[in-house]
Amino acid sequence: MSFNYLSAIVFLPMVGAIVIALLPGKSAGSIKRVALVFTIIPFILSLVVFALFNKSSGAAGLIQFSEKVSWIPAINAFYHLGVDGLNLPFVVLTAFLGFLVILVSWHIDLRPKEYFAWLLLLEGSILGVFAALDLLLFFLFWEIEVIPMYFLISIWGAGRREYSAIKYVIYTLFGSAMMLAGILSLYFTTGSLSMIDLANTGLAPYRAVIPAAAMFSLLLTGFAVKLPVFPVHTWLPDAHTDAPTAVSVMLAGALLKMGGYGMLRIVVGIFPDVAQRYGTVLVIFAVFTILYGAAVTLRQTDIKKLIAYSSVSHMGFVLLGIFALSQVSVTGAVLQMVSHGFIAGLLFAVAGLVMHNSHERDLSKLGGLARQIPFITVIFTLGGLGGLGLPGTSGFAAEFLVFIGSFSSNAVPGLQVGTILAVLGVVVGAGYVLWMIQRAFYGPVMEKFDGTEDAHAVDKIYMVLLVAAMLLIGIYPAILTDIIKVAVLPILR
Amino acid sequence: MMPYQLFWGIFLLPLLSFVIIALFIRPFVKPESKVAGYITIAAILTSFALSVWGLITVLAAPGHEVAVPAISWAVIGDLRINVGIMVDALTVVMLVVVTGVSSMVQIYSQGYMQGDPGYHRYYAAMSLFTMSMLGLVLANNILFMFVFWELVGLCSYLLIGFWFHKPSAANAAKKAFLVTRLGDFGFLAGLLALYRAAGTFDISQLHAMAIAGTLGGAALTWAAIGLFAGAAGKSAQFPLHVWLPDAMEGPTPVSALIHAATMVAAGVFLVARMFPLFVGSPEALTTVATVGAITAIFAASMGLVMHDIKRVVAYSTISQLGYMMLGLGAAGIVVAHEGHVTLEVAKAATAIGMFHLFNHAFFKALLFLGAGSVNHATGTFDMRLMGGLRKVMPWTYTTFLLAALSLAGIWPLAGFWSKDEILLTALEARPALFVLAIITVFMTAFYIFRALFLTFSGEYRGGAVPEHGSTAHASHGAGHDAHGPAKPHESSKVMVVPLVLLAIPAVVSGFWNVTGGFSAFFGHGETRGFIEGLFEPLTHPLPWGALALALLGIFLAYAMYSKKWVSAEKIGSRFKPFYTLFYHKYWMDELYEGVIVKKTLVNGFFALLQKIDSKGVDGAVNGIARGAIAGGRSLRRAQTGQLQLYGLFIGIGILAIVIFVFMIG
Repeated sequence: MSFNYLSAIVFLPMVGAIVIALLPGKSAGSIKRVALVFTIIPFILSLVVFALFNKSSGAAGLIQFSEKVSWIPAINAFYHLGVDGLNLPFVVLTAFLGFLVILVSWHIDLRPKEYFAWLLLLEGSILGVFAALDLLLFFLFWEIEVIPMYFLISIWGAGRREYSAIKYVIYTLFGSAMMLAGILSLYFTTGSLSMIDLANTGLAPYRAVIPAAAMFSLLLTGFAVKLPVFPVHTWLPDAHTDAPTAVSVMLAGALLKMGGYGMLRIVVGIFPDVAQRYGTVLVIFAVFTILYGAAVTLRQTDIKKLIAYSSVSHMGFVLLGIFALSQVSVTGAVLQMVSHGFIAGLLFAVAGLVMHNSHERDLSKLGGLARQIPFITVIFTLGGLGGLGLPGTSGFAAEFLVFIGSFSSNAVPGLQVGTILAVLGVVVGAGYVLWMIQRAFYGPVMEKFDGTEDAHAVDKIYMVLLVAAMLLIGIYPAILTDIIKVAVLPILR
Repeated sequence: MMPYQLFWGIFLLPLLSFVIIALFIRPFVKPESKVAGYITIAAILTSFALSVWGLITVLAAPGHEVAVPAISWAVIGDLRINVGIMVDALTVVMLVVVTGVSSMVQIYSQGYMQGDPGYHRYYAAMSLFTMSMLGLVLANNILFMFVFWELVGLCSYLLIGFWFHKPSAANAAKKAFLVTRLGDFGFLAGLLALYRAAGTFDISQLHAMAIAGTLGGAALTWAAIGLFAGAAGKSAQFPLHVWLPDAMEGPTPVSALIHAATMVAAGVFLVARMFPLFVGSPEALTTVATVGAITAIFAASMGLVMHDIKRVVAYSTISQLGYMMLGLGAAGIVVAHEGHVTLEVAKAATAIGMFHLFNHAFFKALLFLGAGSVNHATGTFDMRLMGGLRKVMPWTYTTFLLAALSLAGIWPLAGFWSKDEILLTALEARPALFVLAIITVFMTAFYIFRALFLTFSGEYRGGAVPEHGSTAHASHGAGHDAHGPAKPHESSKVMVVPLVLLAIPAVVSGFWNVTGGFSAFFGHGETRGFIEGLFEPLTHPLPWGALALALLGIFLAYAMYSKKWVSAEKIGSRFKPFYTLFYHKYWMDELYEGVIVKKTLVNGFFALLQKIDSKGVDGAVNGIARGAIAGGRSLRRAQTGQLQLYGLFIGIGILAIVIFVFMIG
C-alpha cells in the first residue's frame, strides 16, 4: 500500500486550515470553496478506505491501513495510524460530518477566514484522535481539539458564549489531566505507548506502578467527561446551547464519540478484568444517565438545549452497551455512537436553521411552522423519529442491539434490571421528541413567522445526506455491524 | 396455487405506492391532481386480489401453511436475525381483512378528501400504513413484528395529526403515540425476555418451544404479559384505552381504517400470533381474558352517553376489542384446562377471537364510513344537531342500520355468530367474566341504536353551527365541509359504493363459520351443513338469552330516542352519578394527564431533577470554580514582593523542619 490514506485523511483538513489562514483570499465565497475541497477529499478517501477494508471475520484483531514510523525513540513513541472495525466507522463519520458542516456554515459571514480555519483544524484533530494508535499521538490530537473549540464557541457563539467556552476548556483539561496521569502510569508500568500492544498483552506481565483499578479510574474519568456521563455532563448543554450550529453538529456528532471510543479501545481494551469487576457500578451510572438525562430533557424549552440534554441520555445507552461487555451490546454501543452522529447532527443542523431563519429558539414562542417551512418540518420530524428510536432509523437498530446484548449478557450482575430501566428511557424519549416537534411546527400558523425562509438548496444537500445515512443504517445495519462485531471480539477476550 | 413470491408482493405494492407518492408525486405534481389516490387504490386493490388468491391457496394447502424461505439480515455472534414471511390461516385471514377494508377506505377517501390541501400527504401516509400493517401480519419473527408494529404507530401518529394546525389534533396524535409506546415498553421487554430464554426471534421456533415446555415458567409468563401490554396499548385495552377516542381527530376514513378495522386489531393479532406462548402460561391467559372482559363493559358504559357519533363508534370499537381479547383468553383457558395441548390445538383456539376480529372489521369500518358520510352532509359529528337523515340519506341509513344490527349481534348477521362463540367460551372458562360480557351485549345494542335513532330518525336539527365545531374539523378548510350544512344530502357515489360493498360482508361474513369452516381453517376439525348450522344456535338457551338482551337494548333506544316515550333527560338525571361518571370518562384523562404526567412527573419529579441539575450538579461545578478563584485571590496576598517577609517565612520554614526532624529523630 503505497498511498498513506489515513495521513491524508487526517492532515488534509489541517492543511486546508493553514491554506485558508495564509492565503490572501478576501471573499467569503472562495474561502468556503477551499474549505469544501479540503473536507470533501478526506471524506471520499474515507469511503475508499471503507470500501477497501477487509471485512472478513478472519481480519479480527488486524489493523489495516497501518502507518507506523518511529517518532520519539527515547520514549518508545511512534507515529502510528491505523484502522480496524472499531475506529473506522468514526473516521468515516467524522470525515462525513466535517464535510457537511462546511455546508451548514454556508451563511457564516463573520470573520469567515478564521472561522473556517478553526473548523478545519477541529475536524483534523478529531480525525487524528480516531486514527491514532499510539497513546502519545492520541493525547496530542485530543489536546489540539480544545483550541479550535474554544475560539469557535467564544467568537461565533451566542448567549453566554465566553462562559460556555471557558467551561468547556476547563472541563476538558480536567478530564485530560486524569487521562494523562493514566497514560503515564501505563507507560511507566509497561514501557509501551502502543494501544494495540497494550490491549493484546494486558498488564499481567508487568509490575504496576499504581494499582490497575487506579489507572482504570483515571482513564475512565477522562473519557467519561467527554462522553459525557452523569455527574460530569454539565459542560455539554452550555457548550451546545451557545456554540454556532456547525460546531454543535461537530460536537454532538463526532466529538462526544471520542469519549466512547476511548473507553472501548483504552479502558475496556487494556483492563477487561477491572471493567468486569466494576461493571455493575458503571451500568448503574449508565442507567441513571439515561433516565436522568431524559427527564431533564423533558423540562427544556430552548430547542438546542433540549437536543443537548437528549444527547446526554443517548450517550447513556453507549455506556450501558460498553459495560454490558457482550459482543452484541458493544457492537450496539459503537453503532449507537455512529447513529447518534447522524441523528444529533441532523437535529442540531436543522434546529440551527430554524433559529437562523425564524430568529427564535424558545419552544414556548415557536409554533405552527409546518405551513411556512414544510421541508424543514419533514426533515426535522425524520430526525426526531430517529431520536426516539423508531424502527427503520439507525436509532432503533443501535438501541435495540444495546438492549438485546445487555439483557442477554451475564458478564455483569444486575444487567437485566438495568436494561429494563433503560428501555423506559425510550418511552420518555418519545415524549420529549414529540413535544418538541409539536411545539415548534404544529398548531395554528403564526403571523410573526410569515416571512420565514424554508431550506435553501445547500441546506437540502446536508439534510438529505444525513437522512439517507440514518435510514440506510436503520434498514440495513449489517453494513456497519459486520465490521464492528469483528473488532469488538478481541476486546472482550 | 399462488407462487410464494407473490406474498412478498402483497406487502411491497403499498410500499412502492408510498415511495412513488412521497418522492415523486408530492414534490412534482400539482396538489389538485388525484394521481396519488389512483396509485394507492391500484396498489392496494392488487394487494387485495393477491390476498384473496393467497387465501384460496392456503385453504387448499396441506396443513393450511405455505413455506417461504427467509433471508439473512444481520448476524452478530449468536444473534441471528432473518427476514422472512409466515403464511398460515391467521396470516391470510388478516391479509384479506386489511387489504379489503383498506381498499374500500381508499376509494371512499377519493370523495372525502377531495380538495384537501394535504391530499398527497394523506395517500402517502395511507400507503405507508397499509404496508406496515401487512408487514406486521406477514412477519415470521417477532423482532420484525415489532418493527412494523412501531411503523403502524407512526402512521397512526401522522394520520391522527393530519390536520396538525389544530392543537386538538396535534395533541391527540401525540397522546396516541405515547400511550401505545407505554404498551410497547412491555412488548420490547417481553421480546428481550423471550430472546434471553429461547435464543431466537423466530415465531415458529418460539411456538414449538412453548408447546414442548422448553420455554416456560416465570420467564414465559413475564414475556407473555409483556407482549400483552403491547397488545393492550395498540388494541386500546383498559387501562391504556384513553388514546382511541381522541384519535377521532383524524379524518374519518382514517378512523375507519386505523381505529376500527385494522391497526387496533394488531394487538389482538399479536396475542393470536403468539398464542401458543400464552397457552403455556395460565396467569397470562387469565390476564388476557380479564382485561378483555373489563374493557368490554367499561368502554360500552362510556359509549352510552357520548354526543359525538364518532366517539360512540370509537368506544364501541374498544368494547368489541375487549370481546376479542376475552374470546382469546377464554379459549386458551378452556384448551389449557383439557390438558395435553398440541401446537394445532393451541393455534385452533385462536379462531374464536379471530373470527370476531374478521366480522368486526367489516361492520365497524362501515359504521365509521357511515358516520363520515353523515358528517359530510351535516358538517358535524354532534348527534344533537342531526336527526331525520333517514329520508335524505337512504343509502347511508340502510348500510348503517345493517352494520348496527350486525354489531348488536342480531341473528343471522355476522356479529351474531362470533359474539355467540365468545359468550359460550367465556361461560365455560370463567362464568364471572361471562356475566360482564352478557351485560355488555345489552349495552352494545342500546348505544348503537341510540346513535342510529338520534342521527336518522325524527326531525333534522340544523347541522353544524360554525362555533360549534369542537369535534368536527370545521376549520381545516377541506372541501367536504366548505359547503353549507343547511341542506343535508346523500353523499357522492364514490363514497356510497364502498358503503354498499362493505355492507355485504357485514351481513354475510359470519356465514363462514356457520358450517364450522372458519374454525376448521384454523385447525379445529368439525364441520356441518349450512342449513343445520344456521339454525343450530336457536336450539340453545344461551343465544336466545343474548338475542333477547340485544333486542331489549334496541327497544329501549327506540322508546327513548325515536318515539320519546321515555325522556332521556329524566333517566339521565335519575342516574346522575353514573351519567356523570360515564360522561367524564371516569376522569381517567384527568388522572393520567393532569395528575400523573403533569403534576407528578413533568412539573414534579422531573422539575426537581432539573433543579438538581442546574443548582446542584452544575452549581457544584461553578462553586469549585469560584472556590479556586477565591483561593487564588487569598493566596496571592502572600506574594507581597517584600524580601523581609519572604526571609521571615524561610526562617519559619527551616525552624519547622528542624523541629520536625528533631522530634522524629
